Amino acid sequence: MSKPRIATVWLDGCSGCHMSLIDLDERLLDIFERADLVYSPLVDFKDYPEDVDVCLVEGAVSSEDDLHKIKLVRERTRTLVSFGDCAVTSNVPGMRNPIGVGPLLDRAYIENVTLNPQLPSEIVPKLLPTATPVHRVVKVDVFLPGCPPSADLIYTMLDDLLSGRVPGVVGSRFGR
Amino acid sequence: MTTVFTFRIDGKDVAGSEGQTVMEVAEENGIDIPGLCHLEGIHDRGACRLCMVEIAGSPKLAAACMTKIAEGMDVTAHSDVLLEYRRTVTEMMFVERNHVCAVCVANNHCELQDMAEGLGVTHFDLPRISPKVDIDASHRLFAIDHNRCILCLRCVRVCDEIEGAHTWDVMHRGLETRVQTDMGIPWGESTTCTSCGKCVQVCPTGALFEKGRAVARGSKTKRPFLPWMKVVAEERGL
Repeated sequence: MSKPRIATVWLDGCSGCHMSLIDLDERLLDIFERADLVYSPLVDFKDYPEDVDVCLVEGAVSSEDDLHKIKLVRERTRTLVSFGDCAVTSNVPGMRNPIGVGPLLDRAYIENVTLNPQLPSEIVPKLLPTATPVHRVVKVDVFLPGCPPSADLIYTMLDDLLSGRVPGVVGSRFGR
Repeated sequence: MTTVFTFRIDGKDVAGSEGQTVMEVAEENGIDIPGLCHLEGIHDRGACRLCMVEIAGSPKLAAACMTKIAEGMDVTAHSDVLLEYRRTVTEMMFVERNHVCAVCVANNHCELQDMAEGLGVTHFDLPRISPKVDIDASHRLFAIDHNRCILCLRCVRVCDEIEGAHTWDVMHRGLETRVQTDMGIPWGESTTCTSCGKCVQVCPTGALFEKGRAVARGSKTKRPFLPWMKVVAEERGL
């Protein structure tokens, strides 16, 4: 029997949740003895594969690229985990929501720029009108709030999932 | 002579004096009924709706902090239905304004954050409103960030009932409701504010805070004046 396939995805977040994942330290060896990491910003696979068992999604859905990615991830993943406050509540990326995309970009790329002020239009994906939590775009199976969720919480959740248990609420909270 | 009533909360026999609320008797008996607007020492207001309980024979829920006890009452303070209501109420507080725990001065010192954790709120099913909300930092020592205000009105009550200044009050209605200082002028221009800081100390979230505090540094866990407040309140017969 092949091992369960784990992926992690980084949308609009600071990567802090991934840093917290790395904080599992030696427990990473335990996890990846029991599962394969098939896609992640921490490894070098270019395309999100088919048939993923568990995916941790860090970050809010903020751009057209995020939207495209999360839909693909949802299609190809059995258990999707909203991983950390940005994914769960939109958190800091969502602070732009009351401002609006136009005034936000003007402020960042025109008003405060002295050299060649212009709005970015190439390569970078377009921002969506608001940064939204993952579960407002696709169905989410497990929520793990925290900024970031602690390594202990991540381990407990992964251990639960890999052992076929339904992960309960295990002392997670917004912020921290 | 005080009349003593005996009644039940969650099947437990309890007793209290006439005039006490369900919340008070529950507290005396170690029964935890959640609440964010209730604070010992100031008048209850029934603002947050987290302490809603079922009373046998009544078709509607009642706020435990506003309901006087009665002989033979049968109160249900905890049930699956009530838990679901309390989660929804907590969620509504989060989505109504802009609560961003990670960058909040009250991160980890916040009663709303504790409430969400305690009730097992892991996400919000309701959409966030994301309103454009002001911050008033005109006061020399303190600031108010309306993004974090849940309208518990502890500040209004402590300012009126304990400090006696009545600088704080409430303006507008519905989603536009805001606490205000002196008929809506900037806090720093208030002529009634004594800068005592009681409002900051009783605020359950990061809405009212001391200036110069960084993220997560706005600790309000020590409230040394609260016992004193209670004594004063009792002396005044409040």
